[in-house]
Amino acid sequence: MGLFSKIANSLKKTKDKISDTFARVFSIDRIGEEFYDELLDALISSDMSVTFAMDVVDNLREKMIEGSVKDKDYVKNALKSALISACSEVEEFDNEYPLVIMMVGVNGVGKTTTIGKLANYYKKQGKSVTLCAADTFRAAASDQLTEWATRADVRIIKHSEGADPSAVVYDAISSATAKKTDVLIIDTAGRLHVKANLMEELKKMSRVVEREYPDADFVKFIVLDATTGQNAASQVETFDEAIGIDGIVLTKLDGTAKGGFVTSMIAEKGVPVAFVGVGEKIDDIEKFNLDEFIDNLF
Amino acid sequence: MANVFSGLSEKLNHVFTKLTKRGTLTELEIKQAMREIRIALLEADVNLLVAKDFVNKVSEKALGQAVLKSLSPTQQVIKIVSDELTELMGSVNSKLLVSSEPPTVIMMCGLQGAGKTTLSGKLALHLKKSGKKPLLVACDIYRPAAINQLKVVGSQAGVEVYEEGTKNPVSIAKNAVKHAKQFGFDTVIIDTAGRLHIDEDLMQELIDISSEVKPTEILLTIDSMTGQDAVNVAKTFNEKLEITGCVLTKLDGDTRGGACLSVKAVTGKPIKFSSVGEKLGDLEPFYPDRMAKRILGMGDVMSLIEKAQEAITEEDVKNLEKKMKENSFTLEDYLSQFDMIKKMGGVNDIMNMLPGMGIGKLKNVKPGEIDESKIERTKAIIYSMTKKERRDPSILNYSRKMRIASGSGTTVQEINQLLKQYDQTKTLMKQLKSGKKRFPFM
Repeated sequence: MGLFSKIANSLKKTKDKISDTFARVFSIDRIGEEFYDELLDALISSDMSVTFAMDVVDNLREKMIEGSVKDKDYVKNALKSALISACSEVEEFDNEYPLVIMMVGVNGVGKTTTIGKLANYYKKQGKSVTLCAADTFRAAASDQLTEWATRADVRIIKHSEGADPSAVVYDAISSATAKKTDVLIIDTAGRLHVKANLMEELKKMSRVVEREYPDADFVKFIVLDATTGQNAASQVETFDEAIGIDGIVLTKLDGTAKGGFVTSMIAEKGVPVAFVGVGEKIDDIEKFNLDEFIDNLF
Repeated sequence: MANVFSGLSEKLNHVFTKLTKRGTLTELEIKQAMREIRIALLEADVNLLVAKDFVNKVSEKALGQAVLKSLSPTQQVIKIVSDELTELMGSVNSKLLVSSEPPTVIMMCGLQGAGKTTLSGKLALHLKKSGKKPLLVACDIYRPAAINQLKVVGSQAGVEVYEEGTKNPVSIAKNAVKHAKQFGFDTVIIDTAGRLHIDEDLMQELIDISSEVKPTEILLTIDSMTGQDAVNVAKTFNEKLEITGCVLTKLDGDTRGGACLSVKAVTGKPIKFSSVGEKLGDLEPFYPDRMAKRILGMGDVMSLIEKAQEAITEEDVKNLEKKMKENSFTLEDYLSQFDMIKKMGGVNDIMNMLPGMGIGKLKNVKPGEIDESKIERTKAIIYSMTKKERRDPSILNYSRKMRIASGSGTTVQEINQLLKQYDQTKTLMKQLKSGKKRFPFM
């Protein structure tokens, strides 16, 4: 345990400020337009999708009886449980072995760092891990991944800079099957989801895995930076359309951002959050816990 | 997600339906309109408090304003909002400060993954091109391979990189400035490690570097996709370091980029550049007016207009106007329009600049995914017609269509589709001429 409490702690740093926003909402005596407007604003402050926040508030409005708030905790709890129940219909992320994880996402969200942490995570569970340096675009990306491979003490397959990423994937699969590796994690170059040609490249890499390694449980994780705002929805939507997303890894939750946008992704798009990252150290990662996450939003 | 812009326009139109008879904008209407504006700003990631503050200011301006004859109330409100946003974001100001005593020291800072290293390379190339002799300094001793990354970026830009491995960043920065003085570099760009604004130790490190080398510019790098948290980040960095400006990165995505408004509002410091791609040449000045429209979901209409001006001559416009007046718009003119679009960079380019397109207004048509070959097919159809047919498509009977289809390698169905589109275009032109419809924002 401990790590989610680390998240709790990191979220607590901003808790005062956020609670401020919510405290203001709950200091309003009458439940009326002003109350619901402020509540909507407070939810959006956590970077929750605007339309989703509107739905949440509308649903809550239907449940509450107009008038003065006698028991503010009641309203707060109703809001929390509404959010939790909206998000809990999606099954938690689970996987089988052999496992292939392909990490995708826009530039700078923390894909490579997350891979280092995940390598360590699976290694600690007694699994053998191989990393695949398929980010052949960014300067020194494979050096960075190699450093993580050393830290986690796992194997890495890489080519030279500028090589065809699909070719690296192909080689990594050959190596992983030959060595009977439990987990193969593929690092891909960060790409903005609006760049059609780069999304095509991802599709190709994904096809290589499907074709060359049909026995593996192939999951595609999108890495989302908790600091991101409303654009996160567009990122998930576009990557999902291109290759099908199986789970989210939410990074940089140790800052002051809350990553509220994942709520609508779970509830509306049905994409579960698999892991959360909370720092730069190799064991700063843990499985996502919905109740605690929602709890920490307030 | 729905097209935010048409959403906002529609909602405002709804608010103002009763307005037409009276001459000024009333308080209630303004209040309702401002609620829509506030939500539009939040959807663009403008911080809540900044958005509220902004809306209050704009309400005061809008209240009691006479409704202009040339604009609909919706257009008018959007104009006020857009003007005010532009003003708030400051003027075009991409000049870097230069130290009277060389070298000029530029320190880059920001969160992890904001794009500092790439930006350092872009700035180096930008300075080199303008005749300076920059030196890049690798002070990110934490992230694995960060130094290598800067070295690669440096060699791409043809700029020397100063590094001392993973020693103390403060002394690296100090030694780098010494090195610059000794070897005649006039600008020193210090690439620092990404860090959280609440990481006291690492923030202290930046303060130490800053007091050691006294940078002329301290630039905060902000990812344009940042959400509500942008204010906390910018505020803390500015309080601790007194930044001199900001640079907005990754603007080539489909983010509305409201974070820059938040950053500007809490720091008061200019946004000097926007960075729009991974090639080292992809650095642009920051244009507040374009950004304002982008935040409101109005796309980069300015760029589009500029491109149009480049591609379309005045004669073309006059010709088109004349055709509209005479209602003599033929398939030949249709053809020439395709050429204009091509000159403007193709449909995909234009789509990218249109309001809300990035967010996928047409669910199935995303920028970059329009089939330009469809246009080629349309052109082939028109080319397969006789001159007479192009000028008067009404004479097209089935046998003529069959001939055109086989000549252009298409089907009769496709020809019918084209004719339908052509008819619609003609109808639209008639409406525009008679003033029943207006061009949006013109």
